[in-house]
Amino acid sequence: MGYTKDVLLARLEELKIDFERYDHPVVLTVEEQAKHVGNLGGALTKNLLLKDKKHRLYIVSALADTKVDMKILSQRLGLGKGGVRMAPEDNLRQVLQVPLGCVTPFALFNETASAVSLLLDQGFKSKKSCYFHPLTNDVTIALSSSNLDKFLLSIGKQPAYVDLEASPVVGKDNPPDLADLVPTSALSFPEESVENVAPTHAPTKDVPKEKTCLPDVKAKPKVQNKVTSSSEGKVPTNGANVEKFVTDVLEMISPLFISEVSKKLNIKEDELSPILDGLKERAALNVDSLASLFKSAAYTTGFDAGVKTMLNYGKSGLPSRE
Amino acid sequence: MASAAPEAEQEQVVNPWEVSAGKGGIDYDKLVDQFGCQRLDAAIIDRIGRLTGRAPHRFLRRGLFFAHRDLNEILDLYEKGEKFYLYTGRGPSSEALHLGHLVPFMFTKYLQDAFKVPLVIQLTDDEKFLWKNLTVEESKRLARENAKDIIACGFDIERTFIFSDFNFVGGAFYENMVKVARCVTYNKVVGIFGFTPEDHIGKSSFPPVQAVPSFPSSFPHLFPGNDQLRCLIPCAIDQDPYFRMTRDVAPRIGYQKPSLIESRFFPALQGENTKMSASDPNSAIYVTDTNKEIKTKVNKYAFSGGQDSVELHRKLGANLEVDVSIKWLNFFLEDDDELENIKKEYKEGKLLTGEVKQILIKVLSEMVERHKRARAQVTEEMVDAFMARRPLPNMFG
Repeated sequence: MGYTKDVLLARLEELKIDFERYDHPVVLTVEEQAKHVGNLGGALTKNLLLKDKKHRLYIVSALADTKVDMKILSQRLGLGKGGVRMAPEDNLRQVLQVPLGCVTPFALFNETASAVSLLLDQGFKSKKSCYFHPLTNDVTIALSSSNLDKFLLSIGKQPAYVDLEASPVVGKDNPPDLADLVPTSALSFPEESVENVAPTHAPTKDVPKEKTCLPDVKAKPKVQNKVTSSSEGKVPTNGANVEKFVTDVLEMISPLFISEVSKKLNIKEDELSPILDGLKERAALNVDSLASLFKSAAYTTGFDAGVKTMLNYGKSGLPSRE
Repeated sequence: MASAAPEAEQEQVVNPWEVSAGKGGIDYDKLVDQFGCQRLDAAIIDRIGRLTGRAPHRFLRRGLFFAHRDLNEILDLYEKGEKFYLYTGRGPSSEALHLGHLVPFMFTKYLQDAFKVPLVIQLTDDEKFLWKNLTVEESKRLARENAKDIIACGFDIERTFIFSDFNFVGGAFYENMVKVARCVTYNKVVGIFGFTPEDHIGKSSFPPVQAVPSFPSSFPHLFPGNDQLRCLIPCAIDQDPYFRMTRDVAPRIGYQKPSLIESRFFPALQGENTKMSASDPNSAIYVTDTNKEIKTKVNKYAFSGGQDSVELHRKLGANLEVDVSIKWLNFFLEDDDELENIKKEYKEGKLLTGEVKQILIKVLSEMVERHKRARAQVTEEMVDAFMARRPLPNMFG
C-alpha cells in the first residue's frame, strides 16, 4: 500500500519534470545523506512531520540550515504556543506511508496523506535544485522548486512557500499569518483542493482568536482555487453535510477522550492517539449511518410542513421579507 | 459463430432475467468479451481515488466492481469540472432484501458521497407486475417497502430522487420512452433479451422504461435545460443488455450515451455458481435476519474451502478459490491488512474454517445491525419526501 518510488518517478517522467536521481545506501539523517550527495551542487533539505493537538499533520520542508522554531511556527498557524510537536512514528507509516527518516513533500502523492498540510521553505526558490527522498531512503532526487510545484499541482495541491525564519508578532491586530495552512480535518476527508469542484464552504473566515473545540477554521491554501461553477449562483451554505458533521463530532470527542483517559489511566496521549484513530474509523460507518437518517428525518419534517403550508395557505403562508 | 458439435459444453446465460453458469461458475472474462465492455484496472481505480480525494471503495479495490463502459470519459469530464448524475434501480420482486441486493446500493452511496453528485433510483414495479404473478397494488406496495431499505443505506436526501414507474411514467419520461422505442426493432429486442413470440407485448415494450432514466431530459424537475448532462450507471453486469441497447439508441435521438460501472455477482452462500436467489432463503443473508440466523446460516451453509479434518487442514491449508467465507470477507471486511492476514493464515492451515466463519459472522452481524437500526428510522413520510417531485438545489454541492 502506498505508492512506491518507481511509480512516483515514473509519474514525474510522465509529467516531464526534470530531476536528477542518486542511489545510495539507506540514510536516516540529513548528515548521512550529505555524505552521499552533499557536494553535488544541490541543496540539502530537512523534512519534519508535525502534529497539532487536533491530530492534524503538517510536513515542514526546509533547507537544511534554515532555522525552524516550532513555537513561532505554532503561533503563526494560529495554534498558540506549543501547539505543534513532532508527530509519532506511526503517523509516518500510516498516513505518509514512508519509512523512518523519509519525510518528504512527495509523500502527498499517497491518498492517505491527502489531509496533510505542506509548508515549503521560501529558500527553495533561490536554489538551483533541492534534494528530497522519493518515498524511499535509498534514493535522493534533486529538482528545482518550480518542478516540485509542477508535481504538487498535478496532484491537486497548491504549493505554499513560507519564510520559515520570520517571526512576526501574532496578536490582536496581527492574525496568525499561516492560519490558512491548517488542514480542515483530522480524518482523511480532504479539503477540496481539486480545481474544478465547487467549494461547499463559505470563503475563508477570520481565524477565531481563542481556540474552540470545533474546528471552525475553514482553511484553504492562500492561493484560492479558481473558477467556481457559475450554476452554483446560490448562496454558499454549509448545507447539511453528513460527512463533515461526523468528522466534527468525532473530532470533538477525541481530544476529550484522550485527555481524560490519559489522565485517569496514566497512559501517554501519544499511545492513545493511534488507538483512537482506529476507533474513529470503525465508528465512522455507524455514526455516518445515524447522521444520514437523522438528516433525512429532519428534511422530511421540513418538507412535510412546507407542503402543508402551501396547500393550506399558498404563498401567503410564508412570511414576507420586506 | 455457429457452434460446432451439438454436445458443446453448457453455455453460460447472463441477462436481466436469467443468470446461469456453465461448469466452474461464471466466466467473467468471457462475459466481458461477449458483452464488449472493459475491465477496470488499477490505473482507473487510482484515478478515481485521486479525483475524489479519498481511498477508492473496497468494492473497487477488491474487484467486485470490475467492468465499465466509458468510465474514463466521465472521469475526464469530471476532472474538467463537468458534472454527471448517477442512476441505479431495483426490481421490487420481494419484500426481503439480502446483502447481494444491498451491494450496488452501498457502492452507489459511495459514488454519491465521493463525487458529490445527484442520484435517481428507479423502482421497476411495472416490470415485476409484467414478469411475476403480482397485482398492481402488490407491486406498488413492494416498491415502497424496498424504497425504505434503500433509504436505510444512507443516501443523501438533498441529492436523491427515488421514483416508481407506476407513479412517474408520463410526461417527458414517456416522450423519451417512445423515442427510444421507435429506434429499436422487435428483432433487436429478441436478440438482446431473448423474447419469444409467446411472450406478451408488455415484456417486449418494457426495455425503454429502464433505458430512459439515463437521459436527463426524462427528469425535467431535476435537470431542466441540461440535456447533455452525463449519466453513470452502477449496476450488476446482468443489466448490461439494457444499456447496450440504450447506448446504441442515444446518439440517434440526440442524447449522450450513459457510462456504466458493473459488478460481478455476489456468490451465494452455497458456492459460486449463480447469483443469490430470493427464493432460497439459505443462499443469502437477509437484512431482517437475526444474529442467530446469520450464525446458523454461515456455519451450516457457507461453502468451505477447508479440508475435511483438522489434521489435514493444518497440513494442507484451505482452498481460497472456492471458499465462500473468504469471498464474502473480501467484499465486506474493510481492513486490507486484516484480510490479507486471514487469507494467509487460512491458506497455510493456521486458521480453521470455523474461525474464519466466526469472523465473517461478526462482520455480517454488524452490517445487518446497522442496516436494521437505520431502517427503523425510515417513516412513510420519509419515503414520500424521497419520492416527491421536488427540486434538489444542492445536488452538486
